Amino acid sequence: MQPDLDAAFSALSDPTRRAILARLALGEATVMQLAEPFEMTQPAVSRHLKVLESAGLISRRIEGTKRPCRLAQDGIQAIDQWLSMLRDALARNYDRLDEVLADMKPENGKEKQ
Amino acid sequence: MSKITLTTEGDRHIVVTRRFAAPPEAVYRAHTEPKLLQKWLSGPEGWTMPACISEARPNGKIRFEWTNGKGGGFYLTGEYLELEPFSRIVHVERMHLPDPTPDNHVETIFQADGTGTLLTLRMTLPDAETRAAMLKTGMEHGMEASYVRLEAMTAAGHNSASQGAPGA
Repeated sequence: MQPDLDAAFSALSDPTRRAILARLALGEATVMQLAEPFEMTQPAVSRHLKVLESAGLISRRIEGTKRPCRLAQDGIQAIDQWLSMLRDALARNYDRLDEVLADMKPENGKEKQ
Repeated sequence: MSKITLTTEGDRHIVVTRRFAAPPEAVYRAHTEPKLLQKWLSGPEGWTMPACISEARPNGKIRFEWTNGKGGGFYLTGEYLELEPFSRIVHVERMHLPDPTPDNHVETIFQADGTGTLLTLRMTLPDAETRAAMLKTGMEHGMEASYVRLEAMTAAGHNSASQGAPGA
């Protein structure tokens, strides 16, 4: 499935769905396994999984009567890549701002004292 | 001290926080005075901001121009909407890549934090097309996309929930 970043960001806005993804980062899980730690009904978990699946963040396979879920690497990477690019660009700017602020200090001292 | 946090808020916003070892007045000035902005908002490695307009008053113009000194460049325009000296700035900005991206509405909050400042930047999550253009521009400009692990991202999501929005 093509990652859809808008749907993905929307899917990630829910804390339960983020927690489900964090659980899936540890490995594949069934609806039953996911429902347990979250103290949710299986239909409630299934609804969250549907949102995550249509956002391209997870994929499901069929194994008998079960449909275990796993992280969809393409979808996760598309988001990671964008957010980390933004984070890196901001981090570099702010590291430079630290230096600018350090240079401003003597000047501030003179003005104030 | 220098740890940056970046979290998504709902499906429309990105919230960034960062602490600085200088009082709000200094950090605010570094965000509004052209001579200071040019020093730190200089763009990717090897780039500079030769032209900087920052009219720090309501409806004041913003225009930042970046160049790599080899004929490559891009610029940003915007307007200041609200300014509360040393504590808060609200402005809109758009990048020209070269087509203008949709307006990004940005709120910057400067809070005293001990002898330093806690900076909170709240911006609109750009639409899919803009994100793609930013990513492409970032790649062209040699920003290396280091992959953040999913655990880190989801952990950041939890942090934002537990810390609460500053000022909330």
